[in-house]
Formats: sequence, structure tokens, C-alpha cells
Amino acid sequence: MDITVRVNGAARTGSVEARKTLADFLRDDLDLTGTHIGCEHGVCGACTVIVDGRAVRSCLMLAVQAAGSEVTTIEGLAPDGTLGALQQAMWDSHSFQCGFCTPGFVMQASAFLTAHPDAGEQEIREALSGNICRCTGYQSIIDGVLLAAQRNREIQGSREA
Amino acid sequence: MSVKLPYVEYEAPATIAEAVDLLAEHQDEASVLAGGQSLIPLLALRLARPAVLIDINRVGELSGVSVTDGRVAIGAMTREYAAEESETVAGSVPLLAAALPLVGHEAIRSRGTIGGSMAHADPAAELPAVARALDAEFVVRSRSGDRVVPAAEWFEGYLATSRRDDEILVEVRFPAAGPDTGVAFQEVARRHGDFAIVGLAASLTLTDGAISDARLAFAGIADVPVRAADAEDLLAGERPSAELFEEAARRATADIDPPADLNGSPEYRKKVAATLVRRALRAAADNAYERQ
Repeated sequence: MDITVRVNGAARTGSVEARKTLADFLRDDLDLTGTHIGCEHGVCGACTVIVDGRAVRSCLMLAVQAAGSEVTTIEGLAPDGTLGALQQAMWDSHSFQCGFCTPGFVMQASAFLTAHPDAGEQEIREALSGNICRCTGYQSIIDGVLLAAQRNREIQGSREA
Repeated sequence: MSVKLPYVEYEAPATIAEAVDLLAEHQDEASVLAGGQSLIPLLALRLARPAVLIDINRVGELSGVSVTDGRVAIGAMTREYAAEESETVAGSVPLLAAALPLVGHEAIRSRGTIGGSMAHADPAAELPAVARALDAEFVVRSRSGDRVVPAAEWFEGYLATSRRDDEILVEVRFPAAGPDTGVAFQEVARRHGDFAIVGLAASLTLTDGAISDARLAFAGIADVPVRAADAEDLLAGERPSAELFEEAARRATADIDPPADLNGSPEYRKKVAATLVRRALRAAADNAYERQ
């Protein structure tokens, strides 16, 4: 089946079997290998991307279902190589474990902070609960997302002042 | 080039009528693809091997929340996040609103649907317990017309419903709660968002300080969601108290025989179930006082 999907702001076309997941389409057909595939049945959250403004598991969505949609992957958060505010805050907080699950955490946190800019620690913990991988020790990830939320609010506040 | 899912034909109808025609043609060879948060994993694990996927994501008429004759009708393709954000659901089906944030994780609710969860019928899932507690009605459609199935007859077994092969679930209807009704959904799970080891949907309606209607439905203790009828009978007509809720917990769990798995033994589940009854009844009563 021929599909056209807007990915990170650009129209991308492909010819896919119906059974191909969005995750495989992004990685294999579009070479966007920043989207990581962990469990491939919706448990780990490593493949999380943003589709039409909402975080989704790209391994639980067919590529054909994304036709006509707007998809943002981890590559879309730093299109010119400059880290976005969330990425920079996570960098500064060393919000990493082995790194494999990081793209999923970043995409989930990105969608969540856009929808809930005033979120506190407990809400962030709940929002990220579906991305808990297996390294354990998630404090630095929570710290990074909290720092991003705080910086975003400061920027917003200085704009309004 | 990697491909994870097994080979499958794919149809994407635009209307319910087209979907019904496809089901009539393919019968049990077809699986209906709604949000895909359970079906795609089943395909990936080769636990489901349909010949055809009938993808109803582009059937716009299957989505939405409406109110008619004191009933709130939720289209089968209504996404869980949309129901979670619906003011109608929050105001008129507060038990469903209480359960929705516990369903999977945010990214799962972005895609997962009300109808999909009900048709998948995982006995540990939250939404089937809510439907059972509230005596929701399931509207299914085939070429022969519509059929309305009460929740008591919808859930037949593990991942099994009374939907026939040529029928599509169109909507789920919930009775609208009045201002005297308080609700709570309580569960114990290993992580936030995981399936419940035991979950409990509770609804109490108070009339002049006494319980005029009590509803309790467990998730995770059998192959279908289970009503606690003995405890409901005990509660009816009584005034809320700690002693009453203690006795309700005893009656609700006296005859249950929960399964054993790596998350817990039958004895553990039974103990958790009794604790949840006490907690949920207290929370539902408090909620009723707040809403009055």
C-alpha cells in the first residue's frame, strides 16, 4: 500500500505491507533509527513517538494507519543539531541510564510537558511510568523533566513580563 | 527488512455498514482492529492469527459521547483519552472517569478505545469491571440489525464475549449517575498503569443518608468481571459505617476463588480484594457526600 505521512515536518512517502508497524516504517523505510524498538508488544515504551500531538507506541500502530498524520520522532526535536529545551535539561541532569530507552522517555516527556506545562513531580512520574525499562534508578530522568518544565515556565514568564 | 507481524489482509472501511459487510463476508477469519493496544501485541506474539484485519479507525461515526434518555452512549472507537477528557463522562459516568486514568499508560490511552477494551474482555482490565458494575449495555450491529446485550451477558469468559462473528460493537451505554451517587475505582498493581492484580469498581447511591443502591464489581479475580451480589444486598438500606463495610468485605470475598499467577497467590488476591472493598466503599461514600 502506498502511504504519505508527514514526518518531522516533511511529507514522506512509502510503499508498505499492511502488517508493517509504524516503528519499522520509520526505521527501515525512512532511516530514522532514533526510534528504538525494545519489546515490540507495547510494554517498554522505547518506540514512543508523537502522532498528531499525542504520544503513541509506534510498535502498536500500523504504518498504513499513520497515512495523513503528522509524526514527530526524536530526530524532529533537534532538526538542525541544536538540542531542544527538554533535551538540554535532560543532558544537564544526566537523565540517562544505558540510553536505549531514552528516545522513548524524551518523546513521552515532550508530549506530556506540551499538554501539562505546570506538571509537578508526581504527575511526571505517572506520565513516565509506561517507559520504565529495566536499569532502575529513574531519579535523574524525573529531575531532567522537572528542570525542563521549570525553564519553560521561566521563559514563558519573562515573555509575559 | 524486518517485519514483525504475521501476514494478514487489510481492509479499512469508512462506514459501519461497510464494516458490517466485511464481517459478514469474513466471519471468524477476521479481527476488528480498533486502538490496537491489545490486538497488535496478540499478532506480534502469534496468539492471534486472523486472515483479515478490519481496521475501523477511519469509521468516524463510531466515535463520540452522547446523552439520550438518561443514558450516556459512548461510540466504540472513542479513544480512552477522549473519554477521559469528556465533561459528559466526568459528570454523568463518574465511575468510568475514575477508572480511565488507571488504564495502561498515557501513550496507550492515546490509541486505546472504549469499545476495544470491552470487546477484548481482559478480566483484569478496568473498563469491563466498570461496565459490569453499572449494568452497561452493549449495542452490536450485523446485517440483521442491532442487538442490545446487557453487561451480565456480554462477558462470557477469558477474552471472550457474546459478540457473534458477524457483529460489530457499535456503542456502550451507561446509566447516568445522579448527584447522590459516589464512586471509587481502586486497584493494586505492580506499577502504575499495569493490569490490576485485583481491581474494584464501586458505586454507592445515598438517599436520606442510607444506601439505596450499591454496586461492586471486581477485576482480576476470575475469567470475567464479577459482581459482589451478597455484599450489595447487605449494603442496601443501611447507613455507611466502618462496621458495615467490614462485613461487606467479608461477604464480597467469602466465595471468590481467584487465580494464582506470578503476581500473587489466590490467598493474597483474596486478602487484597477484601482490603479494596473496605477502601473503595469508604472512598465512594466520601465521594457521595462531596457530590451532594
